Amino acid sequence: MTFLEIENLQKRFAHTTAVEHVQLEVSRGEFVSFLGPSGCGKTTTLRIIAGFESPSSGAIRLDGVDITHRPPNRRNVGMVFQSYALFPNMTVAENVGFGLKVAKKPAAVIRHTVEEMLNLIKLPTLGSRYPYQLSGGQQQRVALARALAIQPQVLLLDEPLSALDAKIRVSLRNEIRSIQRELGITTIYVTHDQEEALSLSDRIVVMSEGRVEQIGTPFEIYNFPRTSFVASFVGTLNILRGQVADPARGKILVDGQEVMASRGLEHARVGDGCSIALRPEVVSIGEAAEDGNRMQGTVEDVNFLGSIVRIRIRFKDNAISLDTFNNPRLSLPQRGQALTVSFPREAVLALEAPSST
Amino acid sequence: MAQITRLATAPPPATSLWVSGVSWAWLGVVPFLVFALMFLIIPTSLLVVGGFQDSQGHFTLRNLSDLLQPTILSSYLISIKISAASAIGGALVGFALAYVAIAGGLPSWVRSPLMTFSGVASNFAGVPLAFAFLATLGRTGLATALLIRVFGFNIYNAGFNLLSFWGLTITYMYFQIPLMVLIMAPAIDGLKREWREASANLGASAWEFWRYIALPILWPPLLGATLLLFANAFGAVATAYALTGSSLNIVTLVLYAQIRGDVLHNQNLGYALALGMILITGLSNAAYIWLRGRSERWLR
Amino acid sequence: MNRGRLGSWIIILLGVMYFFVPLLSTFEFSLRYLRGVYSLEAYRIVLADPRFGATVTYSALLAFATILVGIFLVVPTAYWVQLRLPGLRPVVEFITLLPLVIPAIVLVFGYLRIYNSSSILPLTGAERTTDLLLIFSYVTLALPYMYRAVDNGLRAIDVRTLTEAAQSLGAGWPTILLGVILPNVRVAVLSGAFLTFAIVIGEFTMASLLNRPAFGPYLQNIGANRAYEPAALAIISFAITWACMGLIQVFGRGAQGPAAGAH
Repeated sequence: MTFLEIENLQKRFAHTTAVEHVQLEVSRGEFVSFLGPSGCGKTTTLRIIAGFESPSSGAIRLDGVDITHRPPNRRNVGMVFQSYALFPNMTVAENVGFGLKVAKKPAAVIRHTVEEMLNLIKLPTLGSRYPYQLSGGQQQRVALARALAIQPQVLLLDEPLSALDAKIRVSLRNEIRSIQRELGITTIYVTHDQEEALSLSDRIVVMSEGRVEQIGTPFEIYNFPRTSFVASFVGTLNILRGQVADPARGKILVDGQEVMASRGLEHARVGDGCSIALRPEVVSIGEAAEDGNRMQGTVEDVNFLGSIVRIRIRFKDNAISLDTFNNPRLSLPQRGQALTVSFPREAVLALEAPSST
Repeated sequence: MAQITRLATAPPPATSLWVSGVSWAWLGVVPFLVFALMFLIIPTSLLVVGGFQDSQGHFTLRNLSDLLQPTILSSYLISIKISAASAIGGALVGFALAYVAIAGGLPSWVRSPLMTFSGVASNFAGVPLAFAFLATLGRTGLATALLIRVFGFNIYNAGFNLLSFWGLTITYMYFQIPLMVLIMAPAIDGLKREWREASANLGASAWEFWRYIALPILWPPLLGATLLLFANAFGAVATAYALTGSSLNIVTLVLYAQIRGDVLHNQNLGYALALGMILITGLSNAAYIWLRGRSERWLR
Repeated sequence: MNRGRLGSWIIILLGVMYFFVPLLSTFEFSLRYLRGVYSLEAYRIVLADPRFGATVTYSALLAFATILVGIFLVVPTAYWVQLRLPGLRPVVEFITLLPLVIPAIVLVFGYLRIYNSSSILPLTGAERTTDLLLIFSYVTLALPYMYRAVDNGLRAIDVRTLTEAAQSLGAGWPTILLGVILPNVRVAVLSGAFLTFAIVIGEFTMASLLNRPAFGPYLQNIGANRAYEPAALAIISFAITWACMGLIQVFGRGAQGPAAGAH
């Protein structure tokens, strides 16, 4: 059941189109991330939903009601900003209760809700502190509580963790997700960090240069990327360049070695240049299963990262990285050593055009 | 190895800070300190002390009580009134201009010219400013003539006179407003855009944003800047002299006349006048600095 | 947002009017010398007046002297305070605040008391020494702005590292100051210099009370006796101030110049 509908949204500035043809239907209680590099339009889209920008065309519908032209203070969406944006002249309790005060709720209700919210974010004793007395992580939690206190229909988060330390980021993002689940609130989350998006979301919208590249679950986005941009932005990727040898059977020549792809070459012609992508975890050392792919190369570099050993293999013009689990019983490969690697046909992702990496 | 040891133990050639027992650093600042002593500290102290002395050099509070003479008291009052009026007027208009240019939704090319012009206009005071306003709002001024021709309204018939309290106030505002713009710009910059958006997001109207967030944050720098404007106007001489001659009895002009020709027939009364001025401008500046310190925490 | 934006434009427009109408009026007034026709006659008269040239030259010379003395006082002080004497900073900053707090007229009153003909340093006794006193008065007026400009300039370059680099190459203090530090704060010094120039050119109170033939008292004199020439002079004066400030913008980076100069 569609709760939030973004219909054919477009936003043009003087010389650029920030957002183009964004179309999305979000179900009630769903957690959707907008993922992409800076300037891809994800924050602009979020700000249009919040009402801080108005779209050049398109509509936003919330629970059936068209809110496209409503002023931002009458939309009942809660926003958490990257810079926390806590009011410095108010205590934590006053910040959290601000939306309720403006809505002219009775003092007792405000007090009760503030208490509830502070418990939710696990900071029950900090009500009388001022923002400058809190750490970054604490400030962001207060910002979350403030947005949730008004019981919004949608929660919007604009890169809320970018300004925080790496360790706090992980713990705080889990906290955000568990609060979101507990309250069942529809959430739109904007980030450029693919790990965040993958771990938190029910669905991800990958954007680039104002356009939607793909919408799907984390599993779908990672394993079945539809464009080379999605493939290279989400997760690490090996990219190999070769020529199409036999489009019908999916055969490609990479550095003189045969590689079979299971799909993606239907429209190619013999002799076309093409790129294929491989996730490091699908590549294994040694011989393959019967119809798998096999390539021979030389070990160029071995990185011992603890639980993972990352090995770089060079063919001729191409090289790939593969990750394998640390095994104390096996010795690490030596640089210069010849090595055979294998990977299944289905794992070969044929990309649209030779990307310039 | 020996090579390395040798390099490690030889200290780098350093220019000694002490040359024949005299520290270069102190030598560098001594001229400045001597200058400050000769041209700031001693003259001011002399006036302050002199305010408490009579013509024979004995301690007295007579001068201070003489300040309460009706003419002198009234000159202080007029100075205070004009300074306050031009400060408040300058503060309100200056703040409005600065806010509108920086945070008022206007295109970004408005701000820079406003800042540049404010930098120039805040220095355009004194005699030329008086001439400018005479040419504008004087009896034969352009604006006066235009108002008569277009609206049939003669401001002089209605009681206005440029060579008066209000005339001087309006003239003073020409450098007070830009000064306010320059002082308040950093404070308004410190008012983060996200606060406005967050408050709107939580349901507040523009008025509620001002009432609960913007004004509580901005009133210390606003008040401080107003006080600075006050002190600025209080010490002004040239503009008033050029505009009103000595017809307006403000403190600086009284002091000016006193210095020129001892019109008060009491040397030490002049000192007391100066002392009173220092007190007023000193207090205003001190309050400004205190208020500025208060606001820095939030507006960084 | 749109209604708010209209209000913003209205305010800006009113502001622009308030600031440009006097300038326009002054300019228009200055063109009225010849009855019935606009002409630059008033400007011609002003520029032909020998006293105009004399007082402008005098004030300009004084301005240059002020700038030189100012640099000589301020640059080493700011340098040493940043490098070696951080404890002196509050004192120095307080001193540079004093000219802003104490009105110019009070200062010159003090000077006349101390340095008059019957004191140990009779600066007002002779013309040249009075000029010297006036230069020092101007240095005092310009001190806050000069110091702030140079201090900011020094902060922008890494004084400590530059000094240590120069020292390790064998430079002595005069070389360091003149050859390394000063060239690097040239921009800041220039912006302070232009501001000082603007202050000195238009200054009235001190020059008048010390009876020196500067541009400020000349302006006042013309204003008291003539009708159209003052307007022309006002425009010329405004143009000079604009030029100075414009040059600061060109050379400097956001130098503050509030409320300096004759009031």
